[in-house]
Amino acid sequence: MDRIPILRIGDILLVSIQVDLQDQLAVTLQEDLAERIVTTGCSGVLLDISGLEIVDSFIGRMISTTAAVSRVLDAETVVVGMRPAVAITLVELGLSLDGVRTALDVDRGMALLQQARQADASESAQADG
Amino acid sequence: MPDSPAARGWSLLAQRRDDIIAGWTTEMATALAGRMTSGELERDARDMFDALSAAGAHEARGINDSAFAELRTLLSDVARTRARRGFTPTETAVSVFALKSAVLTVLQREADLSLYEFYAEFSRLVDDLGLFMLETYAQVRESVISEQADALLELSTPVVKLWDGIVSLPLVGTLDSARTQVVMEKLLQTLVETGSEHAIIDITGVSAVDTQVAQHLLKTVMAARLLGAECIISGIRPQIAQTVVALGIEFGDISTKATLADALLLALRRSGLDIVARPGQQ
Repeated sequence: MDRIPILRIGDILLVSIQVDLQDQLAVTLQEDLAERIVTTGCSGVLLDISGLEIVDSFIGRMISTTAAVSRVLDAETVVVGMRPAVAITLVELGLSLDGVRTALDVDRGMALLQQARQADASESAQADG
Repeated sequence: MPDSPAARGWSLLAQRRDDIIAGWTTEMATALAGRMTSGELERDARDMFDALSAAGAHEARGINDSAFAELRTLLSDVARTRARRGFTPTETAVSVFALKSAVLTVLQREADLSLYEFYAEFSRLVDDLGLFMLETYAQVRESVISEQADALLELSTPVVKLWDGIVSLPLVGTLDSARTQVVMEKLLQTLVETGSEHAIIDITGVSAVDTQVAQHLLKTVMAARLLGAECIISGIRPQIAQTVVALGIEFGDISTKATLADALLLALRRSGLDIVARPGQQ
């Protein structure tokens, strides 16, 4: 069966969805991703959906829950490269993906994760000091 | 020598061609009150008359007959020019109906009662032609209106780049669902194409903000957030601020600013830039 590759780049997991996301595929991806976060101990996930042209309420919710699951496992998720048409659809469906960070492209998403990590580090340094 | 009233009528029309065209032109010129030169009108009249008598000589039945093809094209052209020049439907219809009185004048001089039979037939034909012309006229007017509506939609949604990574969307007029859809798509498209992370929606030119307009604005901001861009709403006039509060509209954590300048400053700060006065200049 098809699987969506999850690539590790340093401390970040990169998931690039370049195919039509079927419901079963999305469920598999969520399971795989949770597994990989635990085994690698990564602190950030980049979900690149620039190849995704069609979303429905199920896929929209899957993105939301994937981000929520990652957060529970202490990995920040950034959704990057959403297409305008997809954004409009999600808003019309009433899914504003609250609590999910977004960025225009992978580069900016990477920068965002870096910032978040630095903020965390300085916070814990303050707590220690 | 043809003897049926119709044939005699048509041959009479052909004989008195110049009189009829002159009468027709005068009649049209009076109705249009000098808005078209008599030269133009005469040319129209001559072309239409020739096409009509050619079709009549073929004993064509009804204006959908192929013999009338040339005349139909001519009528469409005339209707089109009249519509583009902003003539009223009456002024357009007169171009055809004036032919009737011109022909009647000529027939009356003949003092031949049987020709009235031809005139009744001819009159019905002219009525059909007039209706055909008005139909074309209406079609042209409709297409002009829809072209203008499209142009307005295009014109009213410019997305302006203010700085690297900062775009602005000045909204003018009333916001309805159709326009908001266009505005939203255009803004999101621009954000993606230019890779901008900040958008300023300026509503200085929006005449009124009601719950529906606010809903549209919120949707746009949400969609931009999904792309990874942050929106600032600016240009909120005092009355609009009062309406918004009175209606209980919540903008939540969306930044709102009174002027576009304030919004630009905020966007610059957010992208890590500062505007500093040069020493000794102020």
